[in-house]
Amino acid sequence: MHATEQELFDSKISQEIRIEPKDWMPEEYRKMLIRQMSQHAHSEIVGMLPEGNWITRAPSLRRKATLIAKVQDEAGHGLYLYSATETLGITRDETIEQLHAGKAKYSSIFNYPTLTWADIGAIGWLVDGAAIMNQVPLCRASYGPYARAMIRICKEESFHQRQGFEILLTLSRGSEAQREMCQDAINRWWWPSLMMFGPNDDASPNSQRSMQWKIKRFSNDELRQKFVDVCVDQAKVLHMDLPDKDLKWNPDSGHYDFGEINWDEFYEVLKGNGPCNHERLEARKKAHEEGRWVREAAAAYARKKNHNHALI
Amino acid sequence: MDRKTEQWPLWEVFIRARQGLDHKHAGSLYAADAAMAIENARDVYTRRNEGISIWVVESKFIHASNPDESASLYDPANDKIFRHPGFYHLPDELKNI
Ligand SMILES: [Fe+2]
Ligand SMILES: [Fe+2]
Repeated sequence: MHATEQELFDSKISQEIRIEPKDWMPEEYRKMLIRQMSQHAHSEIVGMLPEGNWITRAPSLRRKATLIAKVQDEAGHGLYLYSATETLGITRDETIEQLHAGKAKYSSIFNYPTLTWADIGAIGWLVDGAAIMNQVPLCRASYGPYARAMIRICKEESFHQRQGFEILLTLSRGSEAQREMCQDAINRWWWPSLMMFGPNDDASPNSQRSMQWKIKRFSNDELRQKFVDVCVDQAKVLHMDLPDKDLKWNPDSGHYDFGEINWDEFYEVLKGNGPCNHERLEARKKAHEEGRWVREAAAAYARKKNHNHALI
Repeated sequence: MDRKTEQWPLWEVFIRARQGLDHKHAGSLYAADAAMAIENARDVYTRRNEGISIWVVESKFIHASNPDESASLYDPANDKIFRHPGFYHLPDELKNI
C-alpha cells in the first residue's frame, strides 16, 4: 500500500526528520510557521528601535561599538528569518506589508520605552535572555530552514546577554544613583520579560499543536519557569531585587514560585495600546518609505549596467 | 504611498570558511546586482570571520531535483552495494589495502 502524503509527513515528524521547503506539508503547518516565523523576523527588526535609541548616547566608545554590533546582529537575525519564511511561499513584500498594516505582530516587549542607559543593560540581560530561552529549543524545530536560522541566531545571541549583564554589573558597583538606575530598569523590564513567553499553557491552544508538530519543544510555562529560576540566581550577583514579593524557593517543586503576571497589561499591549506601539510602527513605515528611492536607484543602476554590458 | 517598487533579485550565498574547504551554502538575500550581493553577504553572513571567500548566484539560475521523484531518481544506486569497500571479503592478514 502507498503511504499518503499526510502519513509520510507524520512519520517524518515522529522520526525527527526535518521538513524541507519542497516537501508536502499540511496547510495548517505551513500557516502556523508563516505566522510564527514572520512574527519572529518582525521582532528582530522592531527590536532594533528601543536599543538604537541609545547608540548616540552610549557612555563610552566601548559601549557604543558593542551596542552597534548588537543592533547589527538583530538586523541580521531579521534577515535570516525573513529568508526562511519566504521558503514557505510568502514574499518579502507581503510579510513587510502585513507588519505595516498592523496585521502581523511582533514581540510586545519592544513596545516599552528605553528611558535610561540602564535599560540597555536590562534588555540584554532579561529580554535577550528570555529570547535565548525560547530560541535554543527552536534550533531543533521540525522545519529545516527555521531550525538552521535559529542555530545561527543562537550562536550570536550569547554575547547580547553577556554585554547586557556587564552593563548592569558596572552600574550595580557604581554610585548610589547608578545603583538606583540599575534597580529601576530591572523593575520595569522584569514583568514584560516574563510576558515574552506568551500566555499560560491553558490559555494557549496553538502551542499544543505546535508541540505536536515539533516546532515548539517546551510549553510557555515550562520555559518561563526555567527563565525565572536562572534569573533569581543571576540577580544575586548584581545584588539587585526582582520586583516580585511572591518570588520564593519551593523545595517541593525544586523551582521558584512567582507572582501572577498582569495579563490585562499583556493583552492591552498586544492590542496596540502599549506605551510605544504607535511610535514603533511609524518608525518602521517611515524607514521603509524613506528608503524607497535608494532601492529604486540601485535597481535602475543595475539595469543600466546590464544594458551597457549587453551592448559590448 | 502604496507604490510598488520592483523587488531586487534574490541571490544564494556560498561561503568558504577556511582555505582548503568547499564553499558551502549559507543562505540567501536580495541585492540589486552581484557587487551589492557580495557586500551584503559579507555583512549578513561573515560578521565574525565566518568566511574568506564568497560566491553569489542569482537564485533563478539554480535548478533543483524534485523531491517527489527522489525514489526513481536515486533508484540506480540502491542495489549497487559493490560500490562500497566493505562488500569485498578479504583475509585479516592482508594489510595496507
Ligand atoms: Fe536576535
Ligand atoms: Fe539579541
